[in-house]
Amino acid sequence: MSEHFDAIVVGAGPSGNAASYTMAKAGLSVLQIDRGEYPGSKNVQGAILYADALEKIIPDFRDDAPLERHVVEQRIWVLDDRAHTGSHYRSDDFNEERPNRYTILRAQFDKWFSKKVREAGALVITETTVTGLVRNEAGAVIGIQTDREGGPIFAKVVVLAEGVNGLVAQRAGLRPELKTNHVALAVKETHFLTEEKVRERFNLNGEEDGVVIEVLGSVTSGMVGTGFLYTNKESISIGVGCLVSDYAETGMAPYELLDRFKRHPSVAPLLRGSEMKEYVAHLIPEGGYNAIPKLTGDGWVIVGDAGQFVNAVHREGSNLAMTTGRMAAEAIIALRKADVPITEAALKLYRDALADSFVMKDMKKYRHLPGTLERNRDALFGAYPKALSSALQTLFRVDGVAKRDKEREMLGIVKKSRGSWWAVATDMFKLARAWR
Amino acid sequence: MSDDLTGNPAPDSFKGLNIVVCLKQVPDSAQIRVHPVTNTIMRQGVPTIINPYDLFALEEALRLRDQYGGQVTALCMGPPMAEDALRRALSLGADKAVLITDRRFAGSDTLATSFALSTALTTIGQERPVDVVFTGKQTIDGDTAQVGPGIARRLGLNQLTYVAAIDSLDLARREIVVRRRAEGGVQVLQSKLPCLITVMEGINDLRRGSIHDMLRAARANVTVWSAEQAGVTNPMMCGLRGSPTVVKKVFAPSPRSEPAEMVTTEAKRPAQVAEAVLDLLFARNPKLEADLTARKGA
Repeated sequence: MSEHFDAIVVGAGPSGNAASYTMAKAGLSVLQIDRGEYPGSKNVQGAILYADALEKIIPDFRDDAPLERHVVEQRIWVLDDRAHTGSHYRSDDFNEERPNRYTILRAQFDKWFSKKVREAGALVITETTVTGLVRNEAGAVIGIQTDREGGPIFAKVVVLAEGVNGLVAQRAGLRPELKTNHVALAVKETHFLTEEKVRERFNLNGEEDGVVIEVLGSVTSGMVGTGFLYTNKESISIGVGCLVSDYAETGMAPYELLDRFKRHPSVAPLLRGSEMKEYVAHLIPEGGYNAIPKLTGDGWVIVGDAGQFVNAVHREGSNLAMTTGRMAAEAIIALRKADVPITEAALKLYRDALADSFVMKDMKKYRHLPGTLERNRDALFGAYPKALSSALQTLFRVDGVAKRDKEREMLGIVKKSRGSWWAVATDMFKLARAWR
Repeated sequence: MSDDLTGNPAPDSFKGLNIVVCLKQVPDSAQIRVHPVTNTIMRQGVPTIINPYDLFALEEALRLRDQYGGQVTALCMGPPMAEDALRRALSLGADKAVLITDRRFAGSDTLATSFALSTALTTIGQERPVDVVFTGKQTIDGDTAQVGPGIARRLGLNQLTYVAAIDSLDLARREIVVRRRAEGGVQVLQSKLPCLITVMEGINDLRRGSIHDMLRAARANVTVWSAEQAGVTNPMMCGLRGSPTVVKKVFAPSPRSEPAEMVTTEAKRPAQVAEAVLDLLFARNPKLEADLTARKGA
């Protein structure tokens, strides 16, 4: 008995769910395969949900999706060992009818998303690992093989939504092995508190609004990476992630970073009395534009993390995953409706849609950043955060020193952190150029 | 609803065994906790699994089917979400799945559960007589081991409990020979079909369903019966009303206050060890020594 589908989607993360849902909704026969015990059991994120990307797939998702808090306040903290320098942006405009960003708990959210996929008509099977792609004589992908008896299962197209590791594509020679400096390892814990405590500690109005804090500086012990702290209804998600190559070089363990982060005098009071109920770790593709593999071929297409679609600067990933999943699906739907083979040439539809969207534009904008951050790691993740904190402490401490002398001292701190003004200027120039 | 569970016309050329496996969806006991104050089981958010003993029963049923032909139906009583357990049974290779779910079943003890399941079994048997009913030896949340025998008693089936192996089955003579774990040994029992078998853990290794089993399970509609559809005519026999068992108190056992003590002597002669044990006992309980000495004197 051989089985044929319009599309087989490998993976039940945001990109795979977006693709499966969109295709099934359009009437295509879709088989989605996930290796987890249940759909999404392997999925990990901070997690912020970007409403726009999901709205374009499921417009009325707010009716029943499990959401925690919508974000009304964004903080950015630069840490040194004993201080944080922060900026807050908070606006009542974010308390809108259709809020723009939400904190979510992925365990619940993914269950909901997968249910939507099944309701749309896709077949979803779990505890099954796709072990390889099946090709015809011409080399086009025509199906998949799994670790279960039986098969292969055939499809007009295989959507590789298999996440950051991308083992199927890698094994099939469609993409190279991940480089350690193209991938971050993030660890996260979820700490439970009462709803009231979350509200009080973060100056919130109710159980709907929330705060996100993105953290730079000593939180990564000089490695390329960031930390974060997000408010959920009755819990706080706290995590830190750094490049795998940096862990290897420094010998630091991710959990040590997280433990130090939690003990930081600015963070400890926020977590006090909480109960840690979940800890997870995950890889994040951070190689940027230059690390994006070939995305299409005859009978296959790559979406989401597998395509390195993460905007590390703006901490966006799940929205890029959903958007790439949707765009691949829309291209496939158009090709199936026209009843033409889903070849690499035909999948130009997908590549063009990506190029025209914020996805590729943002990826391209920051294409030099990963390299710049890596090369200037010691300055950007070590020296400057320390200098900033030290200079500000000089400013705010009232100790009989004249203000002009203080200003001179502050400038001295910044200059000394990099040895010369020339070095500081060079750093700024490089950063500005990479940001451009 | 069609009489046939799949909605397809039953093939007239049915050969082999008609097997029903009763299974229960239980909280994953590895992840369960007892509330420290109220002593009640905290089930909220605890993942559910198929009662592990029932999985051995399912696998044993599938093996008989594979060897002798026929079909395996998974039967479950529980809330609507128990459908997940049945879908998993289908993905492991069961041919059909029936969920009996009804508010009137809520709060069932073992008596009411065996009533509901045996009623559903009778209804299933109207399509084609059931040859073997399988259950696990017990559930991990109730631990009573009463429901299997209860079903057998209600349906007048021979009951083969604590079965550790099926030695042989003769389809023509409708006889089965099993090994039953008994106190102090193993009984080899022969029974006529139909019968009810409750199986021990470790009787087999659970299979991994094929990719086609997975697809079939994902596509299958689990048959869902209300109490009435399952054939229940007297709801007084169901659920809380049909359950004479009352849980009066739940408590966590207090931990043993003292650890055990290992008694060893240098010479390791039995008499010497016995002496040392006695000394230890008398040291803890002087009254015992006094009593024994007094009795010895008398």
